[in-house]
Amino acid sequence: MATPVNKIAATGKGSQRGFVYLPLIAGWLVPGAGHFLLRKWGRGALIAASIVGMFVLGIAMHGKLYSSVNDVLDLLGLAGDLGNGLLFVLSRVLGLGADQVQVTTADYGTRFIVVAGLLNVISAVDAHNLHTGRKS
Amino acid sequence: MFRPSHFAAVVLFALFASVIFGITQRDTPRRMIRYGIYCFVLFVGSAIVLSWLMFLIAR
Repeated sequence: MATPVNKIAATGKGSQRGFVYLPLIAGWLVPGAGHFLLRKWGRGALIAASIVGMFVLGIAMHGKLYSSVNDVLDLLGLAGDLGNGLLFVLSRVLGLGADQVQVTTADYGTRFIVVAGLLNVISAVDAHNLHTGRKS
Repeated sequence: MFRPSHFAAVVLFALFASVIFGITQRDTPRRMIRYGIYCFVLFVGSAIVLSWLMFLIAR
């Protein structure tokens, strides 16, 4: 007899195809890509629009992109920024974002960029859970 | 440079965060929408309440 736990495990095994961490990594590198791989087009589009929108608004507000670590808060900021995946790398390469926060809106922008990264990690984990069958 | 007001920044932040929370924390589309709206109202509502609280404390 299949208990709910067994059912979840069975669903998980059935839904796993290919590299199990592909949606997680794709979702981290490109916002929404993990859901696109799983053919969740609507969810993927909304996630991509939200994360990219938040990141672009943060850059437009002259938010700071963390590059060096001087203290623990910088380390946390860098960890959040790295959650944006290729958006962060591309912005660093193009020299976008401010080095120092000088106005209030730039401080908002810095938070927008960090939170966009954290939300992107949540979305990537959600794609992984969908792939493994932990979530439907 | 994009210079939103503090309230506009709160609304934009709440909108984007609520969309992600709704999609990732619930299973069905209907529940996603309801949870997203719930999060949005809590974000914006708590910002308004805290703003008034700080305004009254500062007087």
